[in-house]
Amino acid sequence: MTEPLVRIESVSKHFGIVQAVDQVSLQIDRGEFFALLGPSGCGKTTLMRLLAGFEAPDTGRIFIDGEDMKDVPPYRRPVNMMFQSYALFPHMSVARNIGFGLLQQGLPRAEIDTRVADLLRLVRLEGYGERRPDQLSGGQKQRVALARALAPRPKLLLLDEPLAALDRKLREETQFELMHVQRDLGIAFMVVTHDQDEAMAMAQRIALMRAGCIEQIGDARSIYEEPQTLFVAEFIGEINLFDANIVASDAGPRVIGVGPLQFSFAAPAGMPAGFAKVAVRPERMVMSHLRTACAAEGEGIIADHAWLGDISVWRVSMGDGRIVRVSRGNAEAGAVFSRGDRVFVGFDPASARVLAS
Amino acid sequence: MNRRIGAHHIAALVAGFAFLYVPIALLILYSFNASRLVTVWGGFSTRWYGELLQNEQLLSSVWISLRVALLSGAFSAILGTCAAYALVRAGRFRGRTIFSALLYSPMIMPEVIVGLALLLFFVAIGLERGFWTVVIAHTTVGMCFATVVIHARLAEFDRSLEEAAMDLGATPATTFRTVTLPICAPAIVAAFLLAFTISLDDFVLASFTAGTGSTTLPMRIYSQVRLGVSPQINAISTLMIAAVAVMLCVAYFAIGRKGRAPAA
Amino acid sequence: MTGERASPQAEGRSARLISWAPLAWLLLFFALPFVIVLKISFSRQRDGQPPYEPVLDPSGGLSNLIDEARKFSLESYSSLLSDSLYLESYLSSILIAGAATILALLIAYPVAYAMARAPRRWQPLLVILAIAPFWTSFLIRIYAWTMILKDEGLLNHALMSVGIIAAPIQIYATHWAVLIGIVYSYLPFMILPIYNALEKQDRTLIEAALDLGATRLRAFFCVTLPLSLRGVIAGCLLVFIPAVGEFVIPDLLGSSDTLMIGRTLWDEFASARNWPGAAALAVVMLVLLVIPIGYYQRMQSAGDRP
Repeated sequence: MTEPLVRIESVSKHFGIVQAVDQVSLQIDRGEFFALLGPSGCGKTTLMRLLAGFEAPDTGRIFIDGEDMKDVPPYRRPVNMMFQSYALFPHMSVARNIGFGLLQQGLPRAEIDTRVADLLRLVRLEGYGERRPDQLSGGQKQRVALARALAPRPKLLLLDEPLAALDRKLREETQFELMHVQRDLGIAFMVVTHDQDEAMAMAQRIALMRAGCIEQIGDARSIYEEPQTLFVAEFIGEINLFDANIVASDAGPRVIGVGPLQFSFAAPAGMPAGFAKVAVRPERMVMSHLRTACAAEGEGIIADHAWLGDISVWRVSMGDGRIVRVSRGNAEAGAVFSRGDRVFVGFDPASARVLAS
Repeated sequence: MNRRIGAHHIAALVAGFAFLYVPIALLILYSFNASRLVTVWGGFSTRWYGELLQNEQLLSSVWISLRVALLSGAFSAILGTCAAYALVRAGRFRGRTIFSALLYSPMIMPEVIVGLALLLFFVAIGLERGFWTVVIAHTTVGMCFATVVIHARLAEFDRSLEEAAMDLGATPATTFRTVTLPICAPAIVAAFLLAFTISLDDFVLASFTAGTGSTTLPMRIYSQVRLGVSPQINAISTLMIAAVAVMLCVAYFAIGRKGRAPAA
Repeated sequence: MTGERASPQAEGRSARLISWAPLAWLLLFFALPFVIVLKISFSRQRDGQPPYEPVLDPSGGLSNLIDEARKFSLESYSSLLSDSLYLESYLSSILIAGAATILALLIAYPVAYAMARAPRRWQPLLVILAIAPFWTSFLIRIYAWTMILKDEGLLNHALMSVGIIAAPIQIYATHWAVLIGIVYSYLPFMILPIYNALEKQDRTLIEAALDLGATRLRAFFCVTLPLSLRGVIAGCLLVFIPAVGEFVIPDLLGSSDTLMIGRTLWDEFASARNWPGAAALAVVMLVLLVIPIGYYQRMQSAGDRP
């Protein structure tokens, strides 16, 4: 097995009584686009600052390119960071900002100039070299920050909420730009974000963090479709959670619905008996004016309908007052549902995840 | 992220503030020294304070200084409020540059120059030097400091409060009286206190502009200091420091924590 | 909108109207006196009251003005050049003020830096501590140093009793005492602007510099220091300008041969009763200081544009 680019081994860090990072282990491969995703305060920023060297771990070790980073100060690490606020030096021109890291490496003037020109071209800011940061738009600043962090040719680029300060339209464009730059340069990127769409769109692998721990690591699809914990299921996208009991039977343990939907199907292997939640994405729900053919089914009245352009979302009020969300692409053919309709909703056990609660 | 302060930072703070405060602390300490010599600690005594109370000349100077400071402090606060209001609200007007140049100059210009200029002016227009010339001199400098303090407050003033008042039917005059002025009041009080202290403290301007019979306290202290170290000066110094400290504490709590200390 | 609601224009007008009171005061009691200083600096000294010959007196009418112009004298200025006392005073004022400014900067910067890096909740208290000496009497603080620095003062006493020195060292009545006095008196003026500049600084800039390979020292010199330069310059001007004209400190802490221009001016005025000479000294001092004062004003008014 080849050595991964970054190896974090059971790293912990606390501030006062707050355990910011708790026994985290993970690996990042060369050339990988990795995302740390989680709500604010989950420790993702701390983990990134540990990698950059602005904080030292209480316990655990961090290896970058096989080298133990203990006692290696930030300025000796092969890691650069793009700050959320961009942290462009206001007293230096764009070119001097980008060249700052190269100057620290002691490169000759001419070489710095060439590299800065290359980077300006890469981020499409030719001719902006002599401007001051305060003369740039938000998107331009973001690109300068990117160029500056790339200049010293880091092995790993850390991006702290890289799109947070941009408006919606610019965000998508920049997202793809970052992906192109990453693919072209082959440098490993680690993005820290609280925005699941951002993480899912860009990253090859996502680590979802909560309260200092990593809940799940995987690609976007597996995190969305195969959440391993209730937290992951609820954090990513919309999801319906149905209460259930896992009970033993002759044919092995079965999942029995206790809520508005009636169902009974074989439990996945290894589930302990007791309470559980059955998680089903809204787009996996089946809805019909007639009875469905699903193994899990219930009846309710459509309480709300939202037409969102690409999809429609319905909120179905079940007999006990609980709400089930159903969504469908507007391009799909099918029955028309409106508010007040009495409908049957159900799901196929194959599209459900059973999670311990 | 809570950061702990580094040891060298604490060292810098301790050394810096020790430099600022040790002389003052020694001054206070030796006002209670029974011995006349600073090198000898003769035990605790309030004898020098007793002697102060016998010093008629000194007491009359205290009285003059207080009256000058009160008057020039009040004038400074009024003129400073007007000046700050004009700077913040008048937009760009002709003479603005000269106006702000005139406002900043007296604060930074060496006092001897200001003092000499005022003296020559008073002589030229034939105004006899005395109590009022000192008040004028102190107001001229004090109003500039007052302007800075009030200006800071007024500049961060939320204009929508005034707009809300006018939207609710208040005339501009009523708005100024019921909204603008109360919100700026802490700054105006702070400005008054600053001008008051500057006046109480001033020696150079007073010695140029005071006439016979209007000798202020700093002038009296100065002539005593020139004669040498005397525990009586320590005693009067301690009393002045105590007075300023009490005044600042009262102001701090009266204005409230939001009133913020004026950066002078 | 009804007529009585204030439009921005109307508000601007009333604000301009209000500005007349302070403006008139400053023109009358600050600007005009300087014109008179200038005028008197061109007149001749005489015995009497006032101790100078009137010059450019407009009361005599237009015909008289030519006569008045003849009285115009450059005597005071030529004596400034011919008498080395004055030149030396200017020179040593600038030297002492400059040295004091540098010394104050070296002391104030670490203190301001530590203040700005201290935990947020300490900072208001630290600022008050830095300002507070300013509220206590200037004279008293200088007096405290005479008590400490005199040959038979506290410092020598302490050093001798510890055994570091055998005989009192003379600090009082030397340039050193003047230097200490100026640094001590004006230190808060240096600390505060530097603190303000440092406190506003975005700390991620330092992290960015470290991240890009700068050592702590280089990050300080490449980022922290240049970004606090405004505060440093403001602080230096706030110390240097008044220190050049300082009169009380050299008079109380210096010796009789500590020449500083403020003191020379005072002597000229009070002892020699040479008012035109004193006025000329003031005019020249002002000319010397006009560049730093103007620079300081530009820095300040850049901050209060509406």
